[in-house]
Amino acid sequence: MTTIDPDTVDVILATDCGSTTTKAILIRKTDQGYRQTHRGEAPSTVEAPFADVTMGVVNAVTEVSELAGRRLLDKHGKIIQPARGGKGCDLYISTSSAGGGLQMLVAGVVRQMTAESAKRAALGAGAIVMDVIASNDKRRPHAQIQRIRELRPDMILISGGTDGGTTTHVVQIAELIAPAKPQPRFGRDYRMPIIFAGNTNAAPLIQNVFDDSVDLSIVANLRPVLERENLGPARDEIHNLFLEHVMAHAPGYDKLMEWVDAPIMPTPAAVGNILQTIAQEQGINAVGVDIGGATTDVFSVFDGTFNRTVSANLGMSYSISNVCAEATLPKILRWVHFEMDERELRNRVKNKMIRPTTIPQTVEALIFEQAVAREALRLAYGQHKEFATTLKGIQQQRTVGDTFSQELGGQTIVDNMALDLLVGSGGVLSHAPRMHQTAMMLIDAFAPEGVTRLAKDSIFMMPHLGVLAQVHPKAAMEVFQRDCLIYLGTCVAAKGTGKPGRPCFEYAVKGPGIDERGEMTFGELKLLELGPGQTATITADPARGVNLGAGAGRRIVQRVEGGTVGLILDARGRPLQLPEDRDACRRAIEQWTSSLDLYPQLATAVAS
Amino acid sequence: MATAYTPGLTVASRITHRVRRQLPIPGRVKVAEGEKVTDRDIVAETFMPGEITPVNVANLLALPPGDVVECMLKNEGERVEASEPLAQTKGIFGLFKNTCHAKVSGTVETVSAVTGQVMIRGEPEPVRVQAYLSGKVIEVLPDEGVVIEAEVSFIQGIFGVGGETYGRIVLACAEYDQELSDDLIKPVMKDCIVIGGARMTEAAIRRAADVGAAAIISGGIDDEDLKAFLGYDLGVAITGSEELGITVIVTEGFGEIAMARRTFTLLASREGADASVNGATQIRAGVMRPEIIIPLTEKEKAEAPPSRLADSELKLGRPVRIIRDPYFGLIGAVSALPPELTTLESGSKARVLEVKFDSGESVVIPRANVELIEG
Repeated sequence: MTTIDPDTVDVILATDCGSTTTKAILIRKTDQGYRQTHRGEAPSTVEAPFADVTMGVVNAVTEVSELAGRRLLDKHGKIIQPARGGKGCDLYISTSSAGGGLQMLVAGVVRQMTAESAKRAALGAGAIVMDVIASNDKRRPHAQIQRIRELRPDMILISGGTDGGTTTHVVQIAELIAPAKPQPRFGRDYRMPIIFAGNTNAAPLIQNVFDDSVDLSIVANLRPVLERENLGPARDEIHNLFLEHVMAHAPGYDKLMEWVDAPIMPTPAAVGNILQTIAQEQGINAVGVDIGGATTDVFSVFDGTFNRTVSANLGMSYSISNVCAEATLPKILRWVHFEMDERELRNRVKNKMIRPTTIPQTVEALIFEQAVAREALRLAYGQHKEFATTLKGIQQQRTVGDTFSQELGGQTIVDNMALDLLVGSGGVLSHAPRMHQTAMMLIDAFAPEGVTRLAKDSIFMMPHLGVLAQVHPKAAMEVFQRDCLIYLGTCVAAKGTGKPGRPCFEYAVKGPGIDERGEMTFGELKLLELGPGQTATITADPARGVNLGAGAGRRIVQRVEGGTVGLILDARGRPLQLPEDRDACRRAIEQWTSSLDLYPQLATAVAS
Repeated sequence: MATAYTPGLTVASRITHRVRRQLPIPGRVKVAEGEKVTDRDIVAETFMPGEITPVNVANLLALPPGDVVECMLKNEGERVEASEPLAQTKGIFGLFKNTCHAKVSGTVETVSAVTGQVMIRGEPEPVRVQAYLSGKVIEVLPDEGVVIEAEVSFIQGIFGVGGETYGRIVLACAEYDQELSDDLIKPVMKDCIVIGGARMTEAAIRRAADVGAAAIISGGIDDEDLKAFLGYDLGVAITGSEELGITVIVTEGFGEIAMARRTFTLLASREGADASVNGATQIRAGVMRPEIIIPLTEKEKAEAPPSRLADSELKLGRPVRIIRDPYFGLIGAVSALPPELTTLESGSKARVLEVKFDSGESVVIPRANVELIEG
């Protein structure tokens, strides 16, 4: 990697290799500073016969090149550097989440106890648990070893024994894993991360069992005594190792490393950096989400505390079937306002899973994908809330009776009422044909309360800017301010519940070019025009028991910002509950869809 | 753009294929480099110590644990057969003796004077690795296994469940687009690899499993049928270890979809041949797809020229399959490649291509929604 002199950088090429799509953007120095000028994308090429992420990079860069009318690749498919005349670039950087989700193997001594706790730690960290190996799982050791080999896990978590107890059994488990020489999915130089979170006395013995071919980490026992679980340290370590070692890796990663001018950054790390910067600069509480094909990453900054979760089992392509399995199809279909054939949908979901790079062509397919996205986002936010707690390294005291059923605890610091800004990124949010669709997906999934500003990553470039900020902060900030975030508007949502049709709040919105007043009843959703750059003051009086941010039944007077969508008044209540009855639910969704004119092309199609 | 977004799966009448076969724990490799093996040959073997069966002799004979050692009829290291007397009390004046019998055959491993327990180690259990592929051993991995190479017809499926199996290729459907229903499955298909055409029904899979077919392969499967057969909904596509009694592979996808004509023709041309199949699928970066491997005979090798694997160039006239609704499964040829972004019905903008079907009808499809197929 070469040293970069920021002053000599005129043309910047940045890529983000996702598990499904590789995105490329071109940034150029103009009279108005650095601006993002063109973008291109192509499916990621992690599957044979390509099995090389750089092929997807070349495809995406070719698209940018064609659209920009600038040659960026030489005849060997290498990026031309430095920029000369009408070709090449001065700086090439990349992020990657091409490795996709996190698939783990967990092992413990007793299936129902330490192995169960280990499984919970892995699930809490957003991993998919491929199998649970335990001394008492009724499989013979050779069958267990064979299984470890076949699964090719990304990471292994070993637990077992209480602190100070016997070390024999947990060491036996490690002795089973060591000879299996678990092979990672790709990369000969990749060392399999193994986390030991068992009896502390066994740690030195475990170190002796494994050689240098694995990357062993030792953390606090996740079950220090039988009645107490301590999942936090193991879960945090899973997260860290996933980000550092698993997520970015993919076939061809080594080659990509040679191409870039700065170290490749895992996509969530890059997006997290950007979100933290926004929250810090504006002094606000913010939540960001990046929904990808294999994972959904949620970031939050509340009172200066930053939290990041990667739900490696929730996404729109590789993990779409898992979203459907976890959320269930009826829950997804509640967001769809017309009848869909469940059998056909199941097949569509599975076809997307086995051919992850396809995109919806029809409006029906789009509506269904956006319904899946709502549930994926909802589930990921739920996981994030569990993770972002006041107590780090949750220690939960339990009685002997709870020995076999432990749950996570701790008070979440995520407070939707205190949330100022909600930012959406990722294909399904950034590329929704209408901004209104993005806004509604965010509101439905995150259910913000009170007054919350909504924004989206214009063309999905937060990852690129996150890594650019490391090498050229000026360019990153200029592009971010001018081209990255698109403010969709503001959502004013009532917390509390009431019968549909009953008064929820009265409002008056005044400002340049707007003077609206009226009453919102429960179940109602309304969009007021308030364009980008426009501001207004909303005065709202909630009904008894309803809170808009100043307390139940108390008036709010607040400045609200406009955006490409406008001012959304949401009187559907919080927690957001949809009617149980399918017909009633469909009518409600139809009404909300029409209130925001989410799918005008559908109305046209029906009319014709 | 010259390169296709989605490459097709490999369907080759003749390629050189290698498999790596390894023991889970070190053992003995039974074949030598250069040796020819058939798919079911054992190429490596090891023995696992047998299972331990504890027998609480003290309890069974109502003895203090310390007396157990002198009552043993079989000492540590001695062999004992199931039901054979293991220990006996002294009795009273040589009468009224109580006897304890071994529950399993094996070797007496330990006799504890502290707990009165006797541990019997069962028979060593063999762990064997089969060749899987009929071919030539080109490398021996000492104490671990071998690498085998062969000239084969090779077909990748899109998705499968169930692990490795072997059998003779037999056709159940006469056409690539014929549904594989249960009435097409016959008892003579026992131990065979049953080839269907379009969607296979749950009843057909169950019937194939009932008659003892090794594997069932067809163009498509309904997700409901798969769920019913597996007994659970598949969250992520990581399969291969299911114990279903049959391996199931689909070559095209979920739903009512016909097998690609080329795949069907190749399989039909190899009817009667022995094949190795594996349904194991892992769809994530570093993907694994199910496979059907049919070794070629010397005569076939002489007749079949090596397949040229298709390049990924997307150009006019290139045959493609549409892999997403509303035209899912249809096959046509690229008739236009407009470079500019086009607005789809969904409202999204994407790069597209035009596909012309045999009927003469043309449709515009996002480039991401087609895969290349070999002509």
